[in-house]
Amino acid sequence: MTTVPASDSPARRLRKGTPRPRARGAGGQHRAGPFALATLILVSVASLFPLYWTLVAASSDGHRVIATPPPLVPGGNLFHNIGYVWEHAGARGMGVALLNSTLVAGTVALSTVAFSVLAGFAFAKLRFPGRGALLALVVSTMAVPAQVSIVPLFILMKHLGLGNQLGALILPTLVTAFGVFFMRQYLTQALPTELLEAARVDGANSLRVVWHVVVPVARPAMAVLGMLTFVQSWNDFLWPIIAMNGAINPTVQVALAGLGTGWSTDWSIITAGALVGTLPLLLVFTVFGRQIVGGITQGALKG
Amino acid sequence: MATPTRTGRSDPPGPPPTTTTQARRPAPSGLRSRLHRWDHRVSPYVFVAPFFLVFAVFGLFPLLYTGWLSLHRVSLYNVDKADWVGFQNYWDLFFGAPSHYFWNALGNTVTLGLLSTVPQLLAALGLAHLLNYKLPARGFFRTALLAPYATSVAAATLVFALVFSPEGGMANWLLSLVGAGPVRWEAGPWSSQFAISVIVIWRWTGYNALIYLAAMQAIPRDLYEAAAIDGASRWQQFRNVTIPQLRPTILFTVVVSFIGATQLFGEPYLFGGQSGHQGGADHQYETLGVFMYDQGFHSSMLGRASAIAWIMFGLLLLVGLANTLIARRLRSAK
Repeated sequence: MTTVPASDSPARRLRKGTPRPRARGAGGQHRAGPFALATLILVSVASLFPLYWTLVAASSDGHRVIATPPPLVPGGNLFHNIGYVWEHAGARGMGVALLNSTLVAGTVALSTVAFSVLAGFAFAKLRFPGRGALLALVVSTMAVPAQVSIVPLFILMKHLGLGNQLGALILPTLVTAFGVFFMRQYLTQALPTELLEAARVDGANSLRVVWHVVVPVARPAMAVLGMLTFVQSWNDFLWPIIAMNGAINPTVQVALAGLGTGWSTDWSIITAGALVGTLPLLLVFTVFGRQIVGGITQGALKG
Repeated sequence: MATPTRTGRSDPPGPPPTTTTQARRPAPSGLRSRLHRWDHRVSPYVFVAPFFLVFAVFGLFPLLYTGWLSLHRVSLYNVDKADWVGFQNYWDLFFGAPSHYFWNALGNTVTLGLLSTVPQLLAALGLAHLLNYKLPARGFFRTALLAPYATSVAAATLVFALVFSPEGGMANWLLSLVGAGPVRWEAGPWSSQFAISVIVIWRWTGYNALIYLAAMQAIPRDLYEAAAIDGASRWQQFRNVTIPQLRPTILFTVVVSFIGATQLFGEPYLFGGQSGHQGGADHQYETLGVFMYDQGFHSSMLGRASAIAWIMFGLLLLVGLANTLIARRLRSAK
């Protein structure tokens, strides 16, 4: 969509997390006025307050959490509540749910990255009959919504013997159109064709080229795609609550859904569950926030 | 864009048009060169195959199968027995007994979609403009704005359900400070849809703002300099330079947001929370997604659920079509 200046290497941009060099852009030259600053501070507070409020609620007890006026500082019940959901929420406890979610999101992220690098590389740098048409097909499948396929997917998983199995959550998202397109966009710019030619001349076969030439170049984009995919898989909601209907082996979101629909009426327990389910991702975000920001803008801009 | 050296090897028979790379290589044995050529021709397809395999099995096949199922009566508890009913499921949804709930869900999807998308994208545009100024702690602002994106729909909805709770909710307490309320948020059609929109807006505004910001920073500076020389104020620059330059990005976010809004599910599913009514006791915030889930996985009518799914698919095709038409018009207007 938007043309990107060739001077700024995409690898550098991803690593820095700043999508464009600072010299460009209109506002970059104007200093923010007090009004702009105040607005941004206000919006940041609005963004962060619900997260803080989750902590306050999760550290209260059932009465304090719905008191008027509401409590604004954390109480002393945090570990008790977390311990409770850790043992009891979602049939087998939040601990098992966290493990399951990590397993699912981790597998999905790894496989999506691996397959996306291969396909993205083929679409970016290899010439083969049907390439244009196949790439157009990849892009158009991005518009097919997941909800449309949910009923047959449920039946299909039953036939595959994957009812209530984590595999049912992993298989459909082993590789995504977004991932393929994302890697293709990145490699088109970041992978010098001369490098490939040199490897070819040395007689390297395709897999060696991928391993020794493509992967090293693609590494920053692989990290971003991996994180984005992990977040998406971790937060996926509709398909898990259908596929994990029996809740014998719930993921975090399935456990939270159970928590929120009548399992408990104690808001401090419910919010403790929400806190436990969100904390791992928030940690990832505080550590890799800049890269994720860079990845989002990269992926979207060229869509 | 032809990659010249490659053509030498991807056209196996006959003398290769470019021989430079071949000449540089030591003469390969027959088998090796044949393997090499084979590798060259086949590996692109091997590389793209996993995606198409996964898509065929878990994307395309279910999509078509949904269409087939929508013409049948299928029970959740006996999925292998499908009775042909023709267009009965569609007829029922449009005119029959469940039509009241179908039209209600369609209406809710539209109102919730507008309530959550329009303010969200406008706010995101404004925020992106502010973030584009020279700022102290710009990294902090960006990460703070994106933090809600890391929160899952389930966690966010549970926390906001407490905020909008009629007993001891934060929202009603804030209203009481200015002498208003209390509002029974979950009970009313407008108040509940407003509350749900707040959740959606909270989760996605920062994400869209960052997308706009990246696009803004790609706008060449000379456009602004030229505008400034012509005496354009900052607001005029925003209107006449920034917005037109952002048009493709805005269109992209509008389409993505509308697709998301059509599928809105987690928030209305969980917002009722303890009451046990997904979508509300009076279906006051039941979306098409929740309706489909309810019909298929609570009422066990998988055929009807499939019909709802295909109607949603049709709606999305319409959105896509509208997008293409608008994009074409914009392009020809330039």
